[in-house]
Amino acid sequence: MADFEIRDLKASVEGRQILKGVTLGINKGEVHAVMGPNGSGKSTLSHTLMGHPGYTVDGGEVTFKGKNVLELEPDERARLGMFLALQYPVVVPGISMTNFLRTALNAKRGYDGKDKSKQISPKEFRSMLKTELEVLHMDDSFLPRYINDGFSGGEKKRAEILQMAMLKPEIAILDETDSGLDIDSIKFVAEAVNRMRGPELGVLIITHYTRILEFIKPDFVHVLVDGKFVLDGGPEIADRLEKTGYSEWVKEEDSPKEVA
Amino acid sequence: MATAPKIDVGTDYKEKYGFFVPEEYIFKAKRGLNPEIVKEISWMKQEPEWMTKMRLRSLEIFRKKPMPTWGADLSVIDFENIFYYLKASDKQSKTWEELPPDIKATYDRLGVPEAERKFLAGVSAQYESEVVYHSLQEELTKKGVIFTDTDSALRDHPDLFKEYFGTVIPPADNKFSALNTAVWSGGSFIYVPKGVRVDIPLQAYFRINAENMGQFERTLIICDEGSFVHYIEGCTAPIYTTDSLHSAVVEIIVKKDARCRYTTIQNWSTNVFNLVTKRAVAYADATMEWVDGNLGSQITMKYPSVYLMEPGAKGDVLSVAFAGKGQHQDAGGKMIHVAPNTTSTITSKSISKGGGRTSYRGHIKMYPGANNSKSFVKCDALLLDDESRSDTYPYNDVDAENVTLGHEATVSKVSDEQLFYLMSRGITRNEAETMIVNGFIEPFTKELPLEYAVELNRLIQLEMEGSVG
Ligand SMILES: Nc1ncnc2c1ncn2[C@@H]1O[C@H](COP(=O)(O)OP(=O)(O)OP(=O)(O)O)[C@@H](O)[C@H]1O
Ligand SMILES: [Mg+2]
Repeated sequence: MADFEIRDLKASVEGRQILKGVTLGINKGEVHAVMGPNGSGKSTLSHTLMGHPGYTVDGGEVTFKGKNVLELEPDERARLGMFLALQYPVVVPGISMTNFLRTALNAKRGYDGKDKSKQISPKEFRSMLKTELEVLHMDDSFLPRYINDGFSGGEKKRAEILQMAMLKPEIAILDETDSGLDIDSIKFVAEAVNRMRGPELGVLIITHYTRILEFIKPDFVHVLVDGKFVLDGGPEIADRLEKTGYSEWVKEEDSPKEVA
Repeated sequence: MATAPKIDVGTDYKEKYGFFVPEEYIFKAKRGLNPEIVKEISWMKQEPEWMTKMRLRSLEIFRKKPMPTWGADLSVIDFENIFYYLKASDKQSKTWEELPPDIKATYDRLGVPEAERKFLAGVSAQYESEVVYHSLQEELTKKGVIFTDTDSALRDHPDLFKEYFGTVIPPADNKFSALNTAVWSGGSFIYVPKGVRVDIPLQAYFRINAENMGQFERTLIICDEGSFVHYIEGCTAPIYTTDSLHSAVVEIIVKKDARCRYTTIQNWSTNVFNLVTKRAVAYADATMEWVDGNLGSQITMKYPSVYLMEPGAKGDVLSVAFAGKGQHQDAGGKMIHVAPNTTSTITSKSISKGGGRTSYRGHIKMYPGANNSKSFVKCDALLLDDESRSDTYPYNDVDAENVTLGHEATVSKVSDEQLFYLMSRGITRNEAETMIVNGFIEPFTKELPLEYAVELNRLIQLEMEGSVG
């Protein structure tokens, strides 16, 4: 059994079944890429794994560190070591990025407002933040700004990876983090992810493009069509898809064509 | 009737602490309201005759005026069962042990220092921060600024006092302003001379004694031409009192080119009816800003208002109300445009939780001739559960020409997307909700001095945990 195990996962949104039995094992140290046409259920998979309340689990199992992940609240999943970089990061007015990052980090460290020794020291926090900002080529002017408020599309995506770098998860799901990033930004993001790559981190990258996979080399590529994996293999699959698209699995009329 | 009071003013005490405390007198506290009580209050304080008469006249008005029925339910107030005047020593009779545990717990959690919490809880009559206060007073005196309690002001600055007292809010304005004028005691008096800017906020907190934070305090602020002052009333920690009625009056005069900001954070214990009349008049190019936060009390009715009397006058109200279980916060603002080219904004944020109820009640009036004036009202309500409730009652009355009037109102719940996002970073549901609420009122919090902002955020945290009564 893999470190992070998804078995026959079925999930629905608003009464419509989207995931129709997804099975996938991710070991720490591995990078998996998931590709698939628009609407095939990639974000549904990522949200369901993280416990978004809008997605109903209809069947299957997800286990991580001996725990039944599907029974946990999103915050418990995060504290267990999971992380999701959202395809569409959410704006939360009135809370600064600094405050958000510090609160999240303290939560991760088990600080519950009581045992002050678990809190990160201001000094440690600042130096950690400084390092990660540099890797992502972000300047600190956005730290006092409200969470994602007024951030450009690319800034939002980089801010997601900044959060990942600060929280140091063991299983990270990146939902189209590369979409909307310019070429340089893709490189910075990839650099940040590669820095974290190692025996303690398993990654699931959801993407439409091979470009990011050139920088973050996946060990495995999976193709999701209509809520099911139709193909699993190595990095070569990505190149094949680049040329042929998803036509062999999708009937022409109901495939919204990807505009590259 | 009581016998003549023996008063020892204690001049060096006054010099040292900056306010008047008669050290020994005989007054027997009685419940109920009648001309005898009113006369006794006035006489106790050795007031001039005009004030005694004004009090008595106000009592008559209070009796004649019907209870307002358009707002919160006030029918349960029993005016005959209230002490209208208490000496400081009578107020101190409580002991720390008698305090409700939730109030004690809140002081603990907020880290309120010992001396302060005793004062707030009514266990001690005075909060000793005279060191800060003393040096502040020296500086103010140099600039000609008067900052004292209202009782002392009547005695020490009789002409100035008489010129303005009751001119902004006459006794007949409403039932509760009449009541306050009849039995008022304590409050702050501030006079800022022409062109003087007071850089640090003046806080009643520095110089409060039990008299000041009474039930019927009366505040009068006069900003002379081109001056500036920021006054802060109250504090975020809950004030525990067994008195069930708090009915204050605040009058402010902002002359030409002057600016006044009045910040309130009120957190009465949840047995209190908090019925406050606050009004300012602003003259040419003057600015009046009310920053008003209401957390505690059972019922609050409070609508700070600004009369924009001359061209260029500007009025702002920024308010926050938090209503928990069993609470009704009926708050808002009034802007009365009398002159042309006047502007006003009202921004109201309310949070209801656990069946609590908030109402926004506002009135924008533009008189004929108040042409080219602008007013913008924005009220946002956040409901934390399905049992809670929020309403808006905006009234607009426009008789002027070429005016701009904007109104925006939103009612929302804590968004699932925001909650999920914060939780997906490891933050617990409760903490995430608290963050969202604090974020919601951030436009208010950021206007507060830092220490107040920090305390307010922590207090919201306690309210969200439900650990505050
Ligand atoms: N909250 C929702 N309400 C209604 N339908 C939804 C919701 N979320 C997802 N869906 C539907 O579920 C299906 C799968 O959506 P999903 O977002 O998982 O696709 P995706 O593979 O991530 O697509 P893309 O590549 O465009 O991001 C779509 O048909 C979508 O419209
Ligand atoms: Mg998607």
